[in-house]
Amino acid sequence: MSEVFFRAAGLGKRFGGFVALAEVDIELRAGERLGLIGPNGSGKSTFVNCISGDFGEHDGQVTLGGVALGGLKPHRRARLGMARTFQLPQPFNSLNVLENVRVPLLFAGHAAEATDRAMACLEQVEMADKARKLPKELTQVEQRRLELARAIALQPRLLIADEAMAGLSNTEVDQIIALLFKLNEAGAAVIMIEHIMRAVTAFSERLVVFVAGRKIADGPPRDVLALAEVEGAYLGKQ
Amino acid sequence: MEFDLSLLLNGIVSGLLLGGLYAAAASGLAVSFGMLDIVNIAHPALMVTGAFTVVALGTWLGLDPLVVAVLQAPLFYVFGIGIYNAYHHFFEKRGDEALQGLAFFFGVMFIIEVGLVMVFGPEQRFLDPSYAYTTWRIGDIDLPLRMLVPGLFAMASIGGLFLYLHRSFTGLAIAAVAQDAEALRLMAIDPVRIKRLAFGISIALASMAGGALVVVQPVEPSSGQVFIGRVFAICIMGGMASLPGCIMAALLFGVVENVTATFFGPSWSPAVAFGWLLLVLAFRPQGLFGKAA
Amino acid sequence: MNTHLRFWLGAAALGLALVAGLRLLGNDYGYFAGYFVLQYVVLAGAWNILGGYAGYVNFGAAGFMAAGAYSAIVVRQWLGWDLIPGIFAAAFVAGLLGLGTGYLTLRLKGVYFSIATLCLAVVLQTLVVNWDYVGGSRGAYIIHARDIPPFNSYSEMLFIVMLALAIITTGIGRAVEMSRLGRGLQAIRDNERAAEAVGVPTLRLKLVATTLCGALMGVAGAPLPYYSGYLNPEAAFSLAYAVNAIAMPLIGGAGTWAGPVIGAVLLASLQQAATVTISSALNLWIVGWMLVIFVAVAPRGILGWFRRRA
Repeated sequence: MSEVFFRAAGLGKRFGGFVALAEVDIELRAGERLGLIGPNGSGKSTFVNCISGDFGEHDGQVTLGGVALGGLKPHRRARLGMARTFQLPQPFNSLNVLENVRVPLLFAGHAAEATDRAMACLEQVEMADKARKLPKELTQVEQRRLELARAIALQPRLLIADEAMAGLSNTEVDQIIALLFKLNEAGAAVIMIEHIMRAVTAFSERLVVFVAGRKIADGPPRDVLALAEVEGAYLGKQ
Repeated sequence: MEFDLSLLLNGIVSGLLLGGLYAAAASGLAVSFGMLDIVNIAHPALMVTGAFTVVALGTWLGLDPLVVAVLQAPLFYVFGIGIYNAYHHFFEKRGDEALQGLAFFFGVMFIIEVGLVMVFGPEQRFLDPSYAYTTWRIGDIDLPLRMLVPGLFAMASIGGLFLYLHRSFTGLAIAAVAQDAEALRLMAIDPVRIKRLAFGISIALASMAGGALVVVQPVEPSSGQVFIGRVFAICIMGGMASLPGCIMAALLFGVVENVTATFFGPSWSPAVAFGWLLLVLAFRPQGLFGKAA
Repeated sequence: MNTHLRFWLGAAALGLALVAGLRLLGNDYGYFAGYFVLQYVVLAGAWNILGGYAGYVNFGAAGFMAAGAYSAIVVRQWLGWDLIPGIFAAAFVAGLLGLGTGYLTLRLKGVYFSIATLCLAVVLQTLVVNWDYVGGSRGAYIIHARDIPPFNSYSEMLFIVMLALAIITTGIGRAVEMSRLGRGLQAIRDNERAAEAVGVPTLRLKLVATTLCGALMGVAGAPLPYYSGYLNPEAAFSLAYAVNAIAMPLIGGAGTWAGPVIGAVLLASLQQAATVTISSALNLWIVGWMLVIFVAVAPRGILGWFRRRA
């Protein structure tokens, strides 16, 4: 099995008196597919914001490929190979699809071949024919694809797909899952945060469950879903 | 300069009185900027407009400036609603607040200021109420009524606002809009209606502060400019949406500015406003009296 | 031909044509009016770099411009430097001012930067009023640059200097727009959080933009004491600069290099023509209304309006 390259140890975050995340340890091997589930408010988004650097201060350490990420801003982490998508797509609205994908490339030292690489990323998400469109002319699922294209332009070692399928139809969900498999085969480890259980079970090799800011389970999906507490805390209430 | 205790004490006391005026000027902004997230940089200009109409109406009717300030407040409320309607229609709805909306308020500020010059001329205006030249003395400390009365007037109007925001249903809805506009929608309350109303109130408060201003000092069309730094600094220091925080910050601000003026000369006091604002922004952006993030 | 080269050659040709035309006219008023318009091309272009591309509103144009003007006065009195070194000094001082303001406020929401720039003008004016070395509130009498041989007259020289500054500013704006910096700033304007997440160093780019914006505004102000021969705080910090610096790019089309040029030529010519016929207060009032009406009805300015029809 491949090496552990990402490690969050003792991760915690508090807002005033409210503990949003406490003592979370998660390790990830290169190329692994991890599903992260939990009810609303269980700390999934807080976890993403901590590791991506959106929250400047939190407890615990995060390392990526042996580099301690503490104090690094999101753009530094992005260039170290951590890419994310947002729950609500956040395109650059005044730039067309191609320019959206060129932005990360320009700042990752690929300015000269940015256009070619951006087109390649768009082809990977099957959006090459939409390159000249503006984000607001895209459908929901196309905006999700653009979001993924922009993320993979960073050539990530770790891709965090934060509810990348919310609001999509069944066939569209299947398309995005297929896409994530493809990106994973190309070498990126993926953390999938998702409410659509069908997607999570189809995609994940391993499952982590958050409840009330704590990790209550971590293991193969079949075993984790069989745990009584997971069923009680999460699935039972769905 | 030899240190003079009574000079310092008087500086502090008249600073507190001045702070009352600043609280009045900033409280409306605490509603619009603090609660509604509308960066109304025309607020001080509207206050100065209020001061000019107080002078005009007060001279005509022969009434006390503060009485006129209360009487004219409904007109400014309506005016504020008009401004909000335009702002909402052209900017808020389109999501253009950040650039175009800010430029809009800058344009409004400018139109008001130049408009005042055209209507009233560039010179200073004042309206002295009967008590303007009376000063109470307590020991070594002077309490000029020119400062004390507007200060109390300001506290009374802020007190009224506070009760309104905490006791009435609409007032509570205004506080709720500051927290979460979506939640209001779920309660079948139209957040736009609430914001319109609250913005009208903020402009009415600006005009009342204008009444207090004209008792304290003569006004000219450009008087609003020095207040921009002051009111935003106070509002941010006070923790944005908190009225008690706003009053505390205003009093503190008045004291610091007035003591500076007493010991270094009044021409330096505008620099205090900006210095404070920058320090607050740099080191404590959540405000001196706000909660830590 | 390289697009950059084409721009510079075109701009130089246009500039030469302007100078030739005014020489034929042979009237000093032409140079004065031309200077008035061109200083606004510089000011509007400077504002556009930060406001147009990155979406951060600088209200302090008058403050930065006055900082430039007074820097020119100070180096003149202190070191005897003339106009051209004075322009460099102005760029340095005003650029530092932009950097400092940006550094203190840009980690917060953008509106705090705007508010800070708004107060900056007031405070700089306080400092200047209290500073006797530059004349305090009375103002400073200088200042006549030593005539330089190739020019026909003093006013022609000032015009040509400002023309060069306008071309350089517009060229810088255009270069920013076409560069990685410009793309990054546009990404920041559209969605700062997403920009940061895809690897754009947002704070650094914003600081570059505030510094550049401040420096160019200072440059716009540096020749002012030479142009008017006398400068007092009231004139240097005139609100007219602040409102025009915002109105011109927004009316012409913010976020495009040509927008500020169009807006400045249009609005400044209008004002220059109107000062002859109507009062200066009414004049400024009209600018205020134009700003408000344009941002409401044509939020992308004249260029954006035409582009949508096209």
